[in-house]
Amino acid sequence: MNHELLTALPEAPPTSSLAGAFKATLARDLRQALRRRSELINPLVFFALVITLFPLGISPDKALLATLAPGLLWVAALLATLLSLDGLFRQDLEDGSLEQLLLTPQPLPLLVLAKVAGHWLLTGLPLALMAPLLGVMLGLPSGAFGVLIASLALGSMSLSLIGAIGAALTVGLRRGGVLLSLIILPLYIPVLIFGAGAVQSAVNGMPSLAHLAILGAMLALALLLAPLAIAAGLRLSING
Amino acid sequence: MPSQPASDEVRSAPPLLAVVALGCERDERWLFEGLDLSLHAGEILQVEGPNGSGKTTLLKILSGQFHDYEGEVLWRGQPTSRVRDDFLGSLLYLGHQPGIKGTLTALENLAWYQALGGQPQAKVEARRELAWAALDAVGLAGFEDMPAQQLSAGQQRRIALARLHLTPRRLWVLDEPFTAIDRDGVQALEALLLAHAQRGGSVVMTTHHRFSQASRLRRLCLGAKEGEKAEQGSEQGSEQGVGGKDTASTQGASA
Repeated sequence: MNHELLTALPEAPPTSSLAGAFKATLARDLRQALRRRSELINPLVFFALVITLFPLGISPDKALLATLAPGLLWVAALLATLLSLDGLFRQDLEDGSLEQLLLTPQPLPLLVLAKVAGHWLLTGLPLALMAPLLGVMLGLPSGAFGVLIASLALGSMSLSLIGAIGAALTVGLRRGGVLLSLIILPLYIPVLIFGAGAVQSAVNGMPSLAHLAILGAMLALALLLAPLAIAAGLRLSING
Repeated sequence: MPSQPASDEVRSAPPLLAVVALGCERDERWLFEGLDLSLHAGEILQVEGPNGSGKTTLLKILSGQFHDYEGEVLWRGQPTSRVRDDFLGSLLYLGHQPGIKGTLTALENLAWYQALGGQPQAKVEARRELAWAALDAVGLAGFEDMPAQQLSAGQQRRIALARLHLTPRRLWVLDEPFTAIDRDGVQALEALLLAHAQRGGSVVMTTHHRFSQASRLRRLCLGAKEGEKAEQGSEQGSEQGVGGKDTASTQGASA
């Protein structure tokens, strides 16, 4: 360890670009997740398994399944998201990078937004893209596929954001899983209602734009408020 | 190496980091109480004490991670909460965990810290070059493209230590930096800390390691028994160079 690299100390601390920090955090999370694929496909496998079991458990009757399909797909996707949330900050806490994230001069809410964006790209988006395949299994009319993808993509962004609040609050607890569900499930309900509602109206041949617009509004609200709550939650957890 | 740490000019300035009447209570016992401390540019403060005496807690308070305390922490004479950006921009904290991702390579791990910590070189190539040089400096040349989890514990810590070379930060807060480092590494790290102090930086660290060269070094003992003098100057007597008069009156662990 020679110390020839030590340069003179600058009078003012170096400034770094926020965009660069955001990008680096997102890239780091994505790269890391892509190298541990088994954890990555867990929520997708869960989603597929649950949906596969429904026709077996209820009845193979196509008409019946088609009426249930919007709700089933949405509930299963929601639970799959919930399942993936527990690890959102846990690993960072254990290896010490969460402390480092909190100690950067960059605004923490925007850095956690990068982490949440990574989470959505790796769970919410794949779930939304996979949903039509499982929709076929439930006899969902193909006309509703577009709305299914759109509603899940929009809705799961809100789910990731809201869920991250719970994950931040429970990251310091040894078994925070149950508490995490209790904290965030009530907040998930509006998203579930309007998400499933959008698909339901598409199945019934009615316009579903209103539902999607409300999902979008919820996402806007979550984008605005959730990062602040996540940052505050992380600070609380670290402080404990 | 001159044993007089800083010029008079620096000495007259407010201390880099100061602590006024700091107290921290945990689980209904005081880890420390009424702790006054000031750290000037060019000084190394070694926090000592038995296990559980609150060394890590003190470091977490000083680095602004832990807020459940009494008293004040001042950065250049101002409360750290008020000059947060300047303070965090000047701080480099290395905790118990190295903050290294096992699935990422050493270079990728450092790249994240570079992006967060404001590396002046904006060009990707230049930054990579710097990160490579930093890894070389901690003896990890040849391991830069290996996933960190395939490296030994000491090597993983060395990745974290490479950050000391990367970004010029004024204040280093290091929690047990010598853990898992081999004998040569310990010597090199010691030299690095002294070089940092010589360029006007400051270090606060917890370690049970004895420095071979004690200039610029001050010790703070936590959890000392009452009546015992809590702070000692370094053995080679650079105490007169020390600015603040510190007493850590620790109402010790009743346990």
